[in-house]
Amino acid sequence: MSSETTRANVHTAAEGVAYWQANLNLVKLCLVIWALASFGFGILLRPLVSGIKIGGTDLGFWFAQQGSILVFLVLIFFYAWRMNALDRQYNVDEK
Amino acid sequence: MDQTILNYIVVGLSFALYFGIAIYARAGSTGEFYVAGGGVPPVMNGMATAADWMSAASFISMAGLIATVGYNNSTYLMGWTGGYVLLAMLLAPYLRKFGKFTVPEFIGDRFYSQTARVVAVVCLIVISVTYVIGQMTGVGVTFARFLETDATTGLFIGSGVVFFYAVLGGMKGITYTQVAQYVVLITAYTIPAIFISLNLTGNPVPPLGLFSEHTASGQPLLMQLDQLVTDLGFSAYTSQSGSLLNMTLFTMSLMIGTAGLPHVIIRFFTVPKVSDARWSAGWALVFIALLYLVAPAVGAMARLNVIDTIYRGPISTVESALPYEERPQWIKNWEQTGLITFEDKNGDGRIQYYNDKNAAFNETAQTYGWAGNELTVNNDILVLANPEIANLPGWVVALVAAGGLAAALSTAAGLLLAIASAISHDLIKSVINPRISESGELLAARISMAGAIALATYLGLNPPGFAAQTVALAFGLAAASIFPVLMMGIFSKRVNSTGAIAGMLAGLIITVGYVFTYLGMFFLPGTNLLPNDAANWLFGISPASFGTVGAIVNFAVAYVVSNATEAPPKHIQDLVESVRIPRGAGAATGH
Repeated sequence: MSSETTRANVHTAAEGVAYWQANLNLVKLCLVIWALASFGFGILLRPLVSGIKIGGTDLGFWFAQQGSILVFLVLIFFYAWRMNALDRQYNVDEK
Repeated sequence: MDQTILNYIVVGLSFALYFGIAIYARAGSTGEFYVAGGGVPPVMNGMATAADWMSAASFISMAGLIATVGYNNSTYLMGWTGGYVLLAMLLAPYLRKFGKFTVPEFIGDRFYSQTARVVAVVCLIVISVTYVIGQMTGVGVTFARFLETDATTGLFIGSGVVFFYAVLGGMKGITYTQVAQYVVLITAYTIPAIFISLNLTGNPVPPLGLFSEHTASGQPLLMQLDQLVTDLGFSAYTSQSGSLLNMTLFTMSLMIGTAGLPHVIIRFFTVPKVSDARWSAGWALVFIALLYLVAPAVGAMARLNVIDTIYRGPISTVESALPYEERPQWIKNWEQTGLITFEDKNGDGRIQYYNDKNAAFNETAQTYGWAGNELTVNNDILVLANPEIANLPGWVVALVAAGGLAAALSTAAGLLLAIASAISHDLIKSVINPRISESGELLAARISMAGAIALATYLGLNPPGFAAQTVALAFGLAAASIFPVLMMGIFSKRVNSTGAIAGMLAGLIITVGYVFTYLGMFFLPGTNLLPNDAANWLFGISPASFGTVGAIVNFAVAYVVSNATEAPPKHIQDLVESVRIPRGAGAATGH
């Protein structure tokens, strides 16, 4: 474990900071969408989108019972795909 | 063939499968017992996580909860899935990189404090024990209805099955049985739903059926349902009522509570790599979503089916209400369990089902000659009764029985492993006897597991009267204590030992205090300080939603206290750096 930790520390400190910052930016973007799909359209912003009808009810109901879950799914896979690419880009991926 | 015999055959086959897996997947080391040797592929771990997470509550109760109030209970759907986004981005990959066996171990190491570790163990045990009670009673109820044994015998059989594969195989045995249990439970859940959806809408995909046209009435299914329930004095299925703030905070509590549940987090310690932990969270949600997208359809369609069974014409005419003597077989079956009850209040021999708590509607009801609601249907039976309501063949009924048991047993096993590993690894190995040998610790882990099963069986047989209320407390505790401290441990280098302990205790105490204020000290009836209703709640926040507030208090206290005290030592800051970077993750170890 210790020798591998050293290998990870070979990168410049600046590179490590940049990798972490890229992760934080990605997490922030995903969490904004996460909140918008559930707390937003599913609950608080439901009146705003109530004009859009779907299957005998409004878009907010769809988001609350179906749309939010589908958005969560896409978000997690998007995050995993982007992060695994960032790992390689910053040379911190697992060998 | 007799239905009970068929139930025995299908349930017996599923148990035989679990036993077979247990013998194949015995644990030979602590690494295998705690984290299945660390070599579980991400898709398989996702499937095991889905079974681990989806409990008797998800399988049996959730569709019923949604059916009763419709839109308002979407909180469960969003809350119990949204937590996986937090888990995937804020916790799982970093904790996997840390590479140890238990959740309290990370808290103890990151905050360089045995006190922090012990506080975390206490939180974990309270959360997991509370949760396991519900699984055990679920096993008892399923046995009582489908296998015509009494609940006590059913509970002993269930405990025996878990004992066999959990004590023998630890996490390794549990992982492979959970994969099998997932297959059983998802098949059992979706088959009846497909037939019901096909029957009502012509669309075989239930989530699409929910938003399709109701064949019999020619209008959208949800519109038809809204109309029927409002005609019976209930509030519209798709409408929102109550406090929006409370709904938001409750959803958030379920989300961060989910992400903070130790038995779910430890599943991510079993995959080979950090990148696998990320994929695995996605796969877990895929398998969970298969049930969670079907559940709201099952809820709405079951509600529609129940009303259509009772009223065969316009509800205002006397003849349309179903005569009690002509009630279908499924109502008779469930009456025997006491979960459906009928009382002929107006003495007309017919069933009237409506909302008699709606004062305005009661006047209309009187003009129909109704004297109160006569049929009480327990929420929990909707899923279990679904195949009978839809007139599906006997083997589907038997499959649902096996599915309910799979959901309860898989979650119980995951919880019991979290409890056992906290006792043998975080208390015995770390605090009581650090010099214990590998084989000694494995034996200690097996004994802890057996003890945890005995305790769970005892509590399942003598459920405390407050079992339902304590589930809210379990989520509140996970949200207010474990989630914030894990997140700060990863995302802040500044939060120190004093701050983390102060934060955990503050979040814990304020949440428990709020819950006890309304539900009674240790849930003892009559010891509550304020009546438990919306008018008395602080800003209209229900005790079940308070975990979010507890989490905010935890974050705030930890931040303030840490900044007023010394920064963590250099090696701890290096530890934080190292969990943030995937490279260098080996298999999980106990050292």
